[in-house]
Amino acid sequence: MYRSDAAALSILEPARAEAAHAGLTPHLARLEAEAIHIMREVAAEFRNPVMLYSIGKDSSVMLHIARKAFFPGKPPFPLLHVDTTWKFREMIAFRDQTARELGWELIVHINPEGKARGIDPFRSGSSLHTQVMKTESLKQALDKYGFDAAFGGARRDEEKSRAKERIFSHRNAQHGWEPRSQRPELWNLFNTRINPGESMRVFPLSNWTERDVWHYILAEKIPVVPLYFAKERPVVERDGALIMVDDERMPLNPGEKPQMRKVRFRTLGCYPLTGAVESDAETLEAIVDELMASRASERQGRVIDRDDKASMERKKREGYF
Amino acid sequence: MNAVATLARPAPLPAAPARGLLRFLTCGSVDDGKSTLIGRLLHETGAIFEDQFAALEKDSRRHGTTGGDIDFALLVDGLEAEREQGITIDVAYRYFSTPRRSFIVADTPGHEQYTRNMATGASNAELAIILIDARKGVLTQTKRHSVIAALTGIRHVILAVNKIDLVGFDEKRFDAIVADYAAFAGKLGFASIVPIPVSARFGDNIAAPSANTSWYNGPTLVGHLEEVEVEAARTDGPLRFPVQWVNRPNLDFRGFSGTLAGGVVRVGDEVVASSSGKTSRVTRIVTFDGDRETARAGDAVTLVLADEIDAPRGEVLADPKARPAVASRLAARLVWMSEDTLAPGRSYLMRLGTRTVPATVRTIRSAIDVETFDAREAGSLALNGIGVVEIDTVAPVVFDPYDENRATGAFILIDRFTNATVAAGMAVEALGATNVHRHGFDVDRAARAGLKHQRSLAVWFTGLPGSGKSTIANLVERKLHALGRHTTVLDGDDLRQGLNADLGFDLASRAENVRRAGEVARLMLDAGLVVLCAFVSPVRADRERLRERFAPGEFVEVFVDTPAEVCAARDPKGLYAKAQDGKIATFTGVGQGYEPPLSPDLVLDAAAADAEALAERVVAFIEPRISGASLTAEDSAAL
Repeated sequence: MYRSDAAALSILEPARAEAAHAGLTPHLARLEAEAIHIMREVAAEFRNPVMLYSIGKDSSVMLHIARKAFFPGKPPFPLLHVDTTWKFREMIAFRDQTARELGWELIVHINPEGKARGIDPFRSGSSLHTQVMKTESLKQALDKYGFDAAFGGARRDEEKSRAKERIFSHRNAQHGWEPRSQRPELWNLFNTRINPGESMRVFPLSNWTERDVWHYILAEKIPVVPLYFAKERPVVERDGALIMVDDERMPLNPGEKPQMRKVRFRTLGCYPLTGAVESDAETLEAIVDELMASRASERQGRVIDRDDKASMERKKREGYF
Repeated sequence: MNAVATLARPAPLPAAPARGLLRFLTCGSVDDGKSTLIGRLLHETGAIFEDQFAALEKDSRRHGTTGGDIDFALLVDGLEAEREQGITIDVAYRYFSTPRRSFIVADTPGHEQYTRNMATGASNAELAIILIDARKGVLTQTKRHSVIAALTGIRHVILAVNKIDLVGFDEKRFDAIVADYAAFAGKLGFASIVPIPVSARFGDNIAAPSANTSWYNGPTLVGHLEEVEVEAARTDGPLRFPVQWVNRPNLDFRGFSGTLAGGVVRVGDEVVASSSGKTSRVTRIVTFDGDRETARAGDAVTLVLADEIDAPRGEVLADPKARPAVASRLAARLVWMSEDTLAPGRSYLMRLGTRTVPATVRTIRSAIDVETFDAREAGSLALNGIGVVEIDTVAPVVFDPYDENRATGAFILIDRFTNATVAAGMAVEALGATNVHRHGFDVDRAARAGLKHQRSLAVWFTGLPGSGKSTIANLVERKLHALGRHTTVLDGDDLRQGLNADLGFDLASRAENVRRAGEVARLMLDAGLVVLCAFVSPVRADRERLRERFAPGEFVEVFVDTPAEVCAARDPKGLYAKAQDGKIATFTGVGQGYEPPLSPDLVLDAAAADAEALAERVVAFIEPRISGASLTAEDSAAL
């Protein structure tokens, strides 16, 4: 009656239509159907939606499901990447290749003021960098194009304050999130009404866990950025985090020397702010194995979450995704 | 911990959850140890990572209430504000899994917002854990949680008798609490109630049987959660497919996308579009992963039909032999969630399935006492109130009773001004014309009007009594008649002597007066006529509701703007005089207010011109809308 994961893993070769359905556990099939339902709601109810594309694994799953939701048509919204100019080079290459292969419109936005001011994560600090190049930049892009709904790949299991996030998260005209003004979400009946100038952030993967995401990527054979797979990479160790030296802009401290270590990333963001983990997982199967045995949370590698207590909640109130 | 994150070498791969997903909610207060129980569940099932655990140890020392011990409650009390206040203020969702099943927990707080939060958590849950403090036994709050669970359609309950360690693991105490609860819960109609003695703080009977309760040989909490059968009932019922999105990427493909809300659909099945009554056959079930032969409740698919029938978003494709209710009046249970008290007669938006339609609560039949489950009379519903109400919708909605199908029987009400979700609704039954399924007629409004070489139009004159509405309508009809138009007049005073003879002049009756007049006008539009309606219709919301019943371009609102002094001076029926003498208590302009339209299609300034000139203006305004021998869809859209 039931398919264990071991069985699911072996179903990688058969014809596409068979594999996808045979490979999904009832649990994943239900999560997928829920995400499709949410995406169709947005397409039907909003004037000008956009899908935020962060290039990470969750975004990859979101894109894949969007293809399913509107098949045989194309998703009726563009992709938006808020580029901080400090993403891993492999992420940017993967982003452009993905957009090209899918034939989707990709909007890339960089905060011009931040760029002019020379904001960077080293000299400006991670808080200011995130505030200007991510949070402010995202607001600029949403305003510039007049998007009234923006999909994001955030999940409720990522962080404590996300546990109460709505699937349809209401933002005021200044893109602010007020915990007390969020609407109760009942059944699968989403209140999509907004006043002019207001917008909605929509999280179709709200109910997924990190394990679900990787099991799904494996079952559906979804391409992800190679940085997720273990490889010898040049890293330095800072404050307990392994930071990859991705380009020449990274200032090295006196006596600091990049070493080649076999590492991979559990989450992807700006390279100076994203810690690697030592790992031998070179395949999707190995990543899933590693994850099932792991005792550390994925956001452990994120430098910005540790800025202060409840820091994610503060960032969200300011309009961070 | 090692300074650098290192992932352990793979351990044996646990089997993925075998039984799909169970969604449940936990009801109880902080004092009952609810957060502690959830924290314990997450911990025992390995859903807490080492770095999170380290943070928890640190937080426990700083904010904890358990002395030096780990305070699991801190794991789940998420937002800064509530951590400071020590209460949970909203529904939070937690995720964990065991080798046998995945779980989503709706963590609903037990303080004063309990009803609203519980209803929210319960709406997607299949089971409820009701927490009892073994020292306190069954409390009012326990009953309240149980009643709300029952009313929101939860069928399975776990009675977690917590803090059993604090009563010395006493079997008799446990039995007494269970007996107490059973006596109360009998009337709630749960399919299963499983009592389990637990200690959330120390883990007794959570994941492993406790040696301290050797007298108990039932399942552990986790064991029961893994095993409990919750009905897959939706698949057994008749087909329900609310159309969510019409998928039309090119001229060769037209599919109806949506998630099956009930039953099973197979290629070849006959389906009926519930609102229009048109039937067709399923020719394909399309998915990205290839066409399918069948789809079941919960599946998100795209259906292709054999015929070009109209099935826009909001339509429900259904089994023609087991059709859902189609009605514009229904009885429903409501959980009121807004600080603003429910106002009967006020227009809200009802979201049911994929349909959004303006709706009005007509009457409150009763309020339900959430402590005793008894019904009592009530004139209103306040925040957290639960009641049974009658609702009118401006267009028929398609639904099933909630107790038969949660997906097609559930709805929310939305405030039209603040956009807040103000109520959770559960349909009970259709009222009035039940089992009336609209027949799709071939000769339609446009065809009938076309024979008369005109387009149907309703012209609604609103204004104070004595403002000249009937006089102007009369002149307009004479002019149109002379032009060869097929017309009729509906006049407020006329209707009140016949169709509306049963209505008074209070606000509810005035609303009904306008509603009926509008419905008659619609029938006349169907007959292809130009209908001139003269009604005081003082309430703006009533007129707005009216407008929603007409297609754009079929309804023209004319505001006869005559100053009150002028009306009173004219007083053609002597009514102002009577009202001022106090002989008419509810007279618009004297006792009741008149709300002028905010954006009428036409304003007639009665102080500036005589009736003849004003009638000319009306004719000039509407004649272009009436003319044209035949009406095409494009014209209609352009209007």
